[in-house]
Amino acid sequence: MATTLSSIQAPVSTICAFSQRPHCPTGTQSLLFVSKPSNYVIFAKTSYSFKPSKIRPITALRATPSSSPPTTFHGQCYVLGDNIDTDQIIPAEHLTLVPSKPDEYKKLGSFAFSGLPTSLYPIPFIQPGTDSTQYPIIIAGANFGCGSSREHAPVALGAAGVRAVVAESYARIFFRNSVATGEVYPIELEHEGVNKQCTTGDIVTVDLDRNVFINHTKGKEFVLKPIGDAGPVIDAGGIFAYARKTGMISSMV
Amino acid sequence: MATTVVPPHAAFFGAKKEIGARSSFSPSISAHRCRKHFLNKVLAVMAPAQPSRAPATTGSVKHGMTMTEKILAKSSDKSKLEPGENIWVNIDVLMTHDVCGPGTIGIFKKEFGKNAKVWDREKIVIIPDHYIFTSDERANRNVDIIRDFALEQNIKYFYDIKDLSNFKVNPDYKGVCHVALAQEGHCRPGEVLLGTDSHTCNAGAFGQFATGIGNTDAGFVMGTGKLLLKVPPTMRFVLDGEMPHYLLAKDLILQIIGEITVAGATYKSMEFVGSTVESLNMEERMTLCNMVVEAGGKNGVVPPDETTFKYLEGKTSVNYEPVYSDESAKFISEYRFDVSKLEPVVAKPHSPDNRALARECKDVKIDRVYIGSCTGGKTEDFMAAAKVFLASGKKVKVPTFLVPATQKVWIDLYSLPVPGSGGKTCSQIFEEAGCDTPASPSCGACLGGPRDTYARMNEPMVCVSTTNRNFPGRMGHKEGQIYLASPYTAAASALTGYVTDPREFLP
Repeated sequence: MATTLSSIQAPVSTICAFSQRPHCPTGTQSLLFVSKPSNYVIFAKTSYSFKPSKIRPITALRATPSSSPPTTFHGQCYVLGDNIDTDQIIPAEHLTLVPSKPDEYKKLGSFAFSGLPTSLYPIPFIQPGTDSTQYPIIIAGANFGCGSSREHAPVALGAAGVRAVVAESYARIFFRNSVATGEVYPIELEHEGVNKQCTTGDIVTVDLDRNVFINHTKGKEFVLKPIGDAGPVIDAGGIFAYARKTGMISSMV
Repeated sequence: MATTVVPPHAAFFGAKKEIGARSSFSPSISAHRCRKHFLNKVLAVMAPAQPSRAPATTGSVKHGMTMTEKILAKSSDKSKLEPGENIWVNIDVLMTHDVCGPGTIGIFKKEFGKNAKVWDREKIVIIPDHYIFTSDERANRNVDIIRDFALEQNIKYFYDIKDLSNFKVNPDYKGVCHVALAQEGHCRPGEVLLGTDSHTCNAGAFGQFATGIGNTDAGFVMGTGKLLLKVPPTMRFVLDGEMPHYLLAKDLILQIIGEITVAGATYKSMEFVGSTVESLNMEERMTLCNMVVEAGGKNGVVPPDETTFKYLEGKTSVNYEPVYSDESAKFISEYRFDVSKLEPVVAKPHSPDNRALARECKDVKIDRVYIGSCTGGKTEDFMAAAKVFLASGKKVKVPTFLVPATQKVWIDLYSLPVPGSGGKTCSQIFEEAGCDTPASPSCGACLGGPRDTYARMNEPMVCVSTTNRNFPGRMGHKEGQIYLASPYTAAASALTGYVTDPREFLP
């Protein structure tokens, strides 16, 4: 089980391998399949889940090697079109919420995709009266996450319970922020038009080992692109862990 | 014994000598010895030693480098690099504001410790600008958070505001971060500037590498002064021909974005050259680079020249070294424009690449006009709008909101004479035309903001705006329709109540 910050001495705590794994939501909202459970610590999602639950106990001054990342995601999908920008993901009026504050992190999640025009997206991403989503996987078209550099965008998705986005392509800052925060896995499709073959509510599986995306409801399989350059950063656990692993940040004293 | 409280640069060189051919740095014994004295201070940051390469044996890169490649090479202490390489870059300036500052600070403290110190108190610029003139408690609190941090860290450049009822009594307050960065001399040729805002690319007008990053990356930079960046290939945009008197840089960039689409420059650098670019002043060059992100671009650059150096005179005492693309540099693509043949354009709802000629939208009835933001709220932008109102002599037909980007811009509106007006200031011309009084400088309604933000679109309506994005809900209401335009086009549209080509008024 993850050790809380308070039980680690201050200087040492800052050199913990900071695991940036997407965390597992509580309740029955979605399932996170992990094919290598022996190396993966599952973090329960609580209202303080943002940082403390992700800290792994350290046994040495150096950053510990991270556990292998999750390789499959499964659940209902929410389908979007092209050019979903950050204002639609999290409208700017909610940017007064500070993502590093646990209660505000949760509030951000409750506003995820509240900027989508209801004429185009009549099914709400988050049911009124609730604060998280039943759709852990997003299927999107091209240029997902375009617009602002606000990290609130991937954070809101992660806080709402999204585990992975499967899109044709990404805007670069959103992609980078997803990798840096570990809030959602940004996965790319090999071919265009997949979102047009899916419907919100379809049961899907994302398999990163085989690089396939399976739509069980429609009985179709699609090829995913390998994660590429971001792989080592994601595998290490985000930019901080990667920096410690490669010696860019030497240990605290 | 290696000291632990040293500037990253010195430590880097020191470490390089020590490391030699070792492939990775490991915490040395000296770190242990220093532990007692330097609790909670970040050790010097060092890049892993690079294996040495003899050009003859490895087949050195045979072509030259683009401006962006050169700047990144210089800032990562490499003699050569190629697009696609992931490198650790030394950062010259990090900017943050009231919306992303608190989150960045939270991450910095979490990762480096509650008592950690920033890597360089003179290289971080903290500029409250987004949600300032509002009664929203969280927005106000966020300004307090960045103030507390600035005081705690003794940040040299913090442009504070305390009295929200009157911006003029806050001597340090500037306004919109990107315009303030330029006006305060923080943008310099050859340097690397990162900011927690997508329009940080604005500073590329000064011939530097400038791009937007998120809170986590910024928190990392705050502690280390470095970031892992991927070298982008460069697209070259050659703009030649005399700039028609009815066109502005905003028309040029909307033309380009319409050409290559909102993802046309994703992960790429956009380099703007040509005789037209050379004829632009700094504020117009900023408008050009500002919207690079709307094409998905990583950064934009304009080669520095006399115009750049003159602008910087008296603004900065930091030495800078301009760089230029080599003759033999490789560009991933090149686009050429004969600017003399272009016409005023707008970006129709709901995408910055939904380009149309302004004259083809003359039947679009509008409800309001907004002139402001980093993109279209600078002194030159207001001068341009004033020229159109002056030429017309008539009053606006729709509410016309004016939001100067910074205090300096606001002062200019009230003091600088508009050419050809017989000594009138912009503010006088605006008043005579029936525009709203110029508002307190900030980002304002460009991105909607808290509900009580001045000029926020709280009902569905049609707006012509000099801002940078028009995705659904951008200025507040999800069904609002925003036409992005140049200040000329915005002013012309205000006078008719329809989307209007400025040639209707400009002689």
